[in-house]
Amino acid sequence: MATIGIPRTLAYFIYFPFWREFFASLGHNVVVSSPTSKAILDKGVKEAVNDACIPIKLYHGHVADLIGKVDYVFTPRLVSLRKFGEFGTETLCPKFLGLPDMLRASIDDLPPLIDTRVDLRQGRQELFRVCRDIGEMLGAARSDIRRAVAQAKRRQERFQRLLYQGVLPEQAIEAVFGGTLPSVNQGTPEFSVAVVGYPYVVYDPFVNVGLFGLLERENARVYTQEMLPARKMAAEARKLPKNMFWYFSNRALHGALYFMAQKYIDGIIHVTAFACGPDSMVDRMMELQAKQQGGIPFMSIMVDEHTGEAGIRTRVEAFLDMLRYRRQKHEN
Amino acid sequence: MRISFPRMGYSYIAFKYLVENIGHDCVVPPEPSKKTLDLGVRYSPEFACIPFKILMGTYLEVAEMGADTIITSGGVGPCRAGYYWIMHQQILKELGIEMNIIGFEPPLHDLRDFWKKLKLVWKSGGVSYKEFVRVLQVAWEKLKAIDDLEQLSFHVRPYEVVRGETTRTLWKALEMLDQACTVADIAAARDEGARLLNLVTRDETRDPLRVGIIGEIYVVLEPSANHYLQIMLGEMGVSVDRSIYLTGYCGRNTIVTPEDDVFAMARPYLNEAPIGGHGVNSVGETVLYAKHGFDGVVQLAPFACIPEIVAKSIIPRISRELDIPVLTLFIDEQTGKAGVQTRIEAFIDLLEKRRERKRKGRGRLVV
Ligand code: SF4
Ligand code: SF4
Repeated sequence: MATIGIPRTLAYFIYFPFWREFFASLGHNVVVSSPTSKAILDKGVKEAVNDACIPIKLYHGHVADLIGKVDYVFTPRLVSLRKFGEFGTETLCPKFLGLPDMLRASIDDLPPLIDTRVDLRQGRQELFRVCRDIGEMLGAARSDIRRAVAQAKRRQERFQRLLYQGVLPEQAIEAVFGGTLPSVNQGTPEFSVAVVGYPYVVYDPFVNVGLFGLLERENARVYTQEMLPARKMAAEARKLPKNMFWYFSNRALHGALYFMAQKYIDGIIHVTAFACGPDSMVDRMMELQAKQQGGIPFMSIMVDEHTGEAGIRTRVEAFLDMLRYRRQKHEN
Repeated sequence: MRISFPRMGYSYIAFKYLVENIGHDCVVPPEPSKKTLDLGVRYSPEFACIPFKILMGTYLEVAEMGADTIITSGGVGPCRAGYYWIMHQQILKELGIEMNIIGFEPPLHDLRDFWKKLKLVWKSGGVSYKEFVRVLQVAWEKLKAIDDLEQLSFHVRPYEVVRGETTRTLWKALEMLDQACTVADIAAARDEGARLLNLVTRDETRDPLRVGIIGEIYVVLEPSANHYLQIMLGEMGVSVDRSIYLTGYCGRNTIVTPEDDVFAMARPYLNEAPIGGHGVNSVGETVLYAKHGFDGVVQLAPFACIPEIVAKSIIPRISRELDIPVLTLFIDEQTGKAGVQTRIEAFIDLLEKRRERKRKGRGRLVV
């Protein structure tokens, strides 16, 4: 039995239930790095190459946080998660592609990394192959691996269903592992706001400096792209002259396009990380599309190491005021 | 059509020939200047990479000069470059500028699209198919000849006695190439150009440092984007080996071999390829330059360039393990020539001292 560490960032927010279940049913112990904090950020800033975006620095910080606590760190090389795009060549952002090598070059005293290459474009058997490689490396029998994969898939499906019902990932993770869902606020919200962006930016309360709490307090109901089933997103893809090349970017963009077309959505907030390469295009594309699609209010919030809550609050309040004003004008 | 295209080094000479001889008007993109950059920065997203911004500026300039069509390359990822033309088109449209950007996607991925676009360009020009193919061939020969001459200049420049003579001679040679219209003429112009370059007065007693240049293709190839770094190095007496040539065409004395080998070199340090742009190449080439006994490597990359950041985080490890100094220059709109010069001078200084030390060390060993 080994202890396996999983960094609480990047793909954590969308695939954690699968991997936790997979490792647990093979009899291993799963440890998650501490929630993102100033200390983790500082560690990341120290270890990672200084030109990287914050999510990559944070990833270094989360991995460093696991040193000494685990036997392995689970840092799969995420290359692609589906066959998609005009050429079927969609991948993750190039930084993900080189991530395990970046870790090895930058952090001393790393425990062994489980850095299996995940390239699901290759076909339907690919996910099983990935799991088999990992399982065998940990010394599991083929039959056990098969059972673990089946169980992991079920767990992930339950998680996914909760997301589609509008539950946020952290809460859904709790719920699928025996926790209870927080009660939903039954009152009518004043606004419905879509928040789009990368899961590791959107759902990490440290990174977005409490954006969700803020919106909730302002009585706005939040929608995110993770609440949309693949089918709806795929329909949006056809509205673009050409799809982007990156999984998370396409999801954010398609999600934004979907929400732009929904009557119940009052405005869209794009949360983006400072110095993110793909987002320079994603963000401008969203802005242009918002204009072309009848001028739905759109705001982008860029977060970096120094973003403070006060700054975000001012901007969100101003945005909501603008929505309010628009509504009044509309009603008169 | 009045066609323009992105400017990258001296390749415009070949593209100009191509456009004019398939029956279109050519708007030659001006060398990127302060004005180009200002325009580009103004209308591009803040974190777009510098090649995007320079091209944005260039497109606005050629629009003003009357171009109605831009031909450029597309791409299938994993980096941003393949999406440039879509974004450029959207931004120009938003600004109310009528411009048709034709982005050629790699034929291997979408032959139909490639063919459709090629046919559009060919049919509207009105030359025969045979002539069209001939012109393409001549243009390709021109590109190769340009690369050959530029490469030769890197080896001549560190020895020149009269500062700037190599560069002036290169210009003369390129002008001859510009005039050449057949494959035979091009060969003659190239030979004559090479002869002139070899006639540049040299001081053979010099012992130039050897430095490899790696990085992202646009900032490596477009001299104005890298503040004429390669000329700067040459005039400081450094022999430059550039890892990238537009034709990917290897002359007899290039160090960098075909891509597969470069990827293989990179593998112990970066076990994934491609990762977009020249990310893996930069890693593999650093290894190659180290193995070939180069004195140092300069990595040129746009600020926030995704693959080059990956490479940069891995290179220190190679630098340590294979004992080769690497200087990374990230370029953005704030980068000035003086800044580049200072950093390069310090780096060259370091390389010289290091070489001294090594030679002395070796001398002692022999004694
Ligand atoms: S998509 Fe952006 S934020 Fe995410 S890793 Fe790439 S550059 Fe960083
Ligand atoms: S390789 Fe670098 S410069 Fe080229 S598109 Fe990618 S990020 Fe931009």
